[in-house]
Amino acid sequence: MPLDTHFTNQVFKSVGTRPLRPDGIDKVTGRARYGADYNAPGQLIALVLRSPHAHARIKKIDTSKAEKLAGVKAIITSADLPDLTGDDRGMKDTLENCMARDKVLYDGHAVAAVAAIDATTARKALKLIKVDYEVLPHVTDLDEALKPDAPVIHSHIFTSGVTPKPTKPSNNNRRSEYGHGNVEEGFKQADVIVERTFKTEQTHQGYIEPHACVANVSPDGQGELWVCTQGHFVYRNQCAMLLGMDVSKLRVTASEIGGGFGGKTHIWTEPLALALSRKANRPVKLTMTREEVFRASGPTSSTSIDVRIGAKKDGAITAAHAVLRYQGGAFPATWADFGAQTSFACYDLKNVKSEAIEVIVNRPKVAAYRAPSAPMAAFAVESVVDELARKIGMDVVDFRIKNAAKQGTQSSYGPVYGPIGIGPTLEAAKNHPHMKAPLGKNQGRGMACGFWFNFGGQTCVDMNVTPDGSVTVAVGTIDVGGSRASIGLMAAEELGVPFDQVRVVIADTSSLGHNDMTDGSRGTFSTGMATIAAARNAIKVLCERAAKMWDIPEDAVVWENGTAKPAGANAGSFPPLTMREIAEGAGNTGGPIAGHNEMVADGAGVSFATHICDIEVDPETGASKVKRYTVIQDAGKAIHPSYVEGQYQGGAAQGIGWALNEEYIYGKDGRLQNAGFLDYRIPVCSDLPFIDTVILEIPNPNHPYGVRGVGETSIVPPLAAVANAVSNATGVRMTHVPMSPPRILKAISAHKG
Amino acid sequence: MRYEAPDSIKAAATMLAKEKGAAFVLAGGTDLLVKMKGGFLEPDLVVDIKRIKGMYDIKKSAVGFRIGAAVPGVALGENAALVKAWPGVVEAANLIGSKQVQGRCTMVGNMCNASPAADSVPALIAAGAKVAIVGPKGKRTIPVDQVAVSPGRTSLKKGEIIEAILLPARPAKSGDAYLRFIPRTEMDIAVVSAGVNLELDAKGVIKDARVSLGAVAATVLLVPAAAKAIIGSKLDAAALEKLAAACSAACKPIDDKRGTIEFRTKVAGVLARRAVMIAYSRAGGK
Repeated sequence: MPLDTHFTNQVFKSVGTRPLRPDGIDKVTGRARYGADYNAPGQLIALVLRSPHAHARIKKIDTSKAEKLAGVKAIITSADLPDLTGDDRGMKDTLENCMARDKVLYDGHAVAAVAAIDATTARKALKLIKVDYEVLPHVTDLDEALKPDAPVIHSHIFTSGVTPKPTKPSNNNRRSEYGHGNVEEGFKQADVIVERTFKTEQTHQGYIEPHACVANVSPDGQGELWVCTQGHFVYRNQCAMLLGMDVSKLRVTASEIGGGFGGKTHIWTEPLALALSRKANRPVKLTMTREEVFRASGPTSSTSIDVRIGAKKDGAITAAHAVLRYQGGAFPATWADFGAQTSFACYDLKNVKSEAIEVIVNRPKVAAYRAPSAPMAAFAVESVVDELARKIGMDVVDFRIKNAAKQGTQSSYGPVYGPIGIGPTLEAAKNHPHMKAPLGKNQGRGMACGFWFNFGGQTCVDMNVTPDGSVTVAVGTIDVGGSRASIGLMAAEELGVPFDQVRVVIADTSSLGHNDMTDGSRGTFSTGMATIAAARNAIKVLCERAAKMWDIPEDAVVWENGTAKPAGANAGSFPPLTMREIAEGAGNTGGPIAGHNEMVADGAGVSFATHICDIEVDPETGASKVKRYTVIQDAGKAIHPSYVEGQYQGGAAQGIGWALNEEYIYGKDGRLQNAGFLDYRIPVCSDLPFIDTVILEIPNPNHPYGVRGVGETSIVPPLAAVANAVSNATGVRMTHVPMSPPRILKAISAHKG
Repeated sequence: MRYEAPDSIKAAATMLAKEKGAAFVLAGGTDLLVKMKGGFLEPDLVVDIKRIKGMYDIKKSAVGFRIGAAVPGVALGENAALVKAWPGVVEAANLIGSKQVQGRCTMVGNMCNASPAADSVPALIAAGAKVAIVGPKGKRTIPVDQVAVSPGRTSLKKGEIIEAILLPARPAKSGDAYLRFIPRTEMDIAVVSAGVNLELDAKGVIKDARVSLGAVAATVLLVPAAAKAIIGSKLDAAALEKLAAACSAACKPIDDKRGTIEFRTKVAGVLARRAVMIAYSRAGGK
């Protein structure tokens, strides 16, 4: 598809404006339908029985008593989900995660599920299921899991990426390495070297809406699923595989989504609901409780990271090295790779090496969380960068500017950068009034940079011109952060019609080609790109129809300001035809008018941000309060600036929570102790200041309007920005996130001696 | 499960006494309903006391205040006389839960939930408050610090209901205060807390004091040594240090998801020191 990418001095009519959000009224009035708002006639209520053990062999499951309970319509165990995954190890792990097979691998791992006429009956039935466990030794801490005497969770895992191949299985799943140059030579040239080890605890995305679905499988083998998800096509493909259905026979409709942040990119209970429905021959509704969401959905990794960076006295970094250990929960993963790839991506480095180590522990299978793995790596690296700058005696912003990557830099993870925004965000930070504002007593200021790749992927869009000339756009990417508004704006821009003449909907999986899920900040980028292409195809049809109406050649018609016009004086003299006029005549000129596009959206532009944080620390209690916070980030082009600001603020808010209080706390028994919002502390409104935002626009040359994804980068710098602020407020370098009051107080006390 | 809503306290006590299964009193329900919904409690009988006369009343008399068992947090905050006399008790009760919870939650419920972290309890104990109990065998009155015996357990016998809290009348130059530590700004449970009540003489010297600590032992503690540290002083630095040290020394906390032994022990002293200064100023001390 030929997409015009000459965005320099582009003049926009709709793009860059701030119309009211199309989903706003429904959401604030309660009309919007979320996952648990779907109901089917005659539906059953399903509940899941979960393991109380972190690691145990399942010797026997006796469901006979529960089956006899009046009102129970179906009970399933792994026996009802035969392994149909073939050689696909990843899907086999997904199947085993959805329902434990031989062993339970974490507290909360599903072992059986019940569908009954109501929740009370289902609850009674759960109590009647008897599971015989042989409890095994467990390990929930990633550093403990790497020790030679740690209990080995999977006997089939031998560390990959090392030679020679190990002879014994271990919890060290995989090792990989990125970088270039020679770091040891680089360290020899350094005048100052800072080396530290950091630790971050496991956090959850904390989306307000728990996972929920209604499944309906009929005896003819056709099924429907209504579900809260970030990717209904992916859910369809995976569920169909696990249940042995033809993909085309499972139709998935996505609900509105009450937050996902990467956590709704994986299937958990959906195959169980489908299997129960198939067995009971009734629709089945399955909603997770908050406790289940914490224990058994997909939080992000806990980590331990070693960073060593050396620099000359003039501030030039000579070498940078990191070893990053990430746990992926009870199954193999590649989360440490993302950490290693992003760790030094902000800088132009001659000698750089980052090593990734993937660890398996008895915790839930890790899922993506907004720029997955990057925040922890940035915390470690940006803390050392901050300390190094101070040791050299250089301003922390100037030090970063001196070493910042730019167009043509070979990134630490491989590719050579095109036009990028790290330098401009740093310059903007340097000149921002926040940087010069005075600090009060017990206050400290910190800043940090962050990077995220962004992603494009498979995308399919249908645009239809309705008989009155208004436009519907059917897309297959879930709207997690305002994509319906931004896609509508891009459609309006391309067609030359007002925004409110365009309605964007999320189509079900039987109405559109496969779409990858909404992840990698790809919604506005990739679906926008496909929408622009679809609009250009629709314009071509509109011009053809105008040509027919005027009886002139097709190439004698041009599209301008939402109307068809004769291309020039030679084409003839006709008043412009509006969308409405052409649409009204469509029945006589060839039928409905539509534009379609399918693509793999390549060229997602990388994104950079710089954050500034002021914090006040009570030296007697370790309590901290963020006083001021500024986000500066490159958006490429902000299609709907209010949503872009919202993404910047949302990422910062989640990052501040992660930095200060959020953490999974496991007991010695391997059980999660704080599976609820009371003791898993996401920030409430009064915990945060207003988060100030600055949008920079360094166009992405691969998108017709210059768009870069904006959803994820904003969560990358906060851990480091807050840690640098706390370190500066207290005079003690903080190396363990979250910096909860007990940790801060302990660090201050230890420093005092 | 049976739900009953009798109109006399005697009938309520009889129902509870007669029930063979698990029986619970319902006032605000902000603990009970949450536990039922979470599957932690499965009552056979719930006795709602909100229709009983007097349960919503705050009565002021020469001997002090009588606060009915169903009076919600928000009503305490709206009672000007109570706020003036016992600002520490009211601010403690008003910290429980959220705005929505405040419309329902009660101090008696907070007490009978028997959590060592209950916000209203340290303030009530510092205030020297008592509770009026009705049971199958008649009425009795006990100090608040004798209600909870261990986490989740009270000294109430089967069929007994606390019908009111009794706060003493205020002498001149007296003041109270309550502070708690939570990692965020609201909607949280105390990691450690301190309630202080004191009375000054004409010269501004502390002549009587009670200091109480929450979330640092199995039940809320009354710490006489901390009171002793400041009685006879005008809160000079040495007295404050002695008070903080006495509080830290009295702590018998645990390490748990909300805080460490080390943290609770240190911060107990800090909070007590800060609360004493607020109470002192409220009492007119300078």
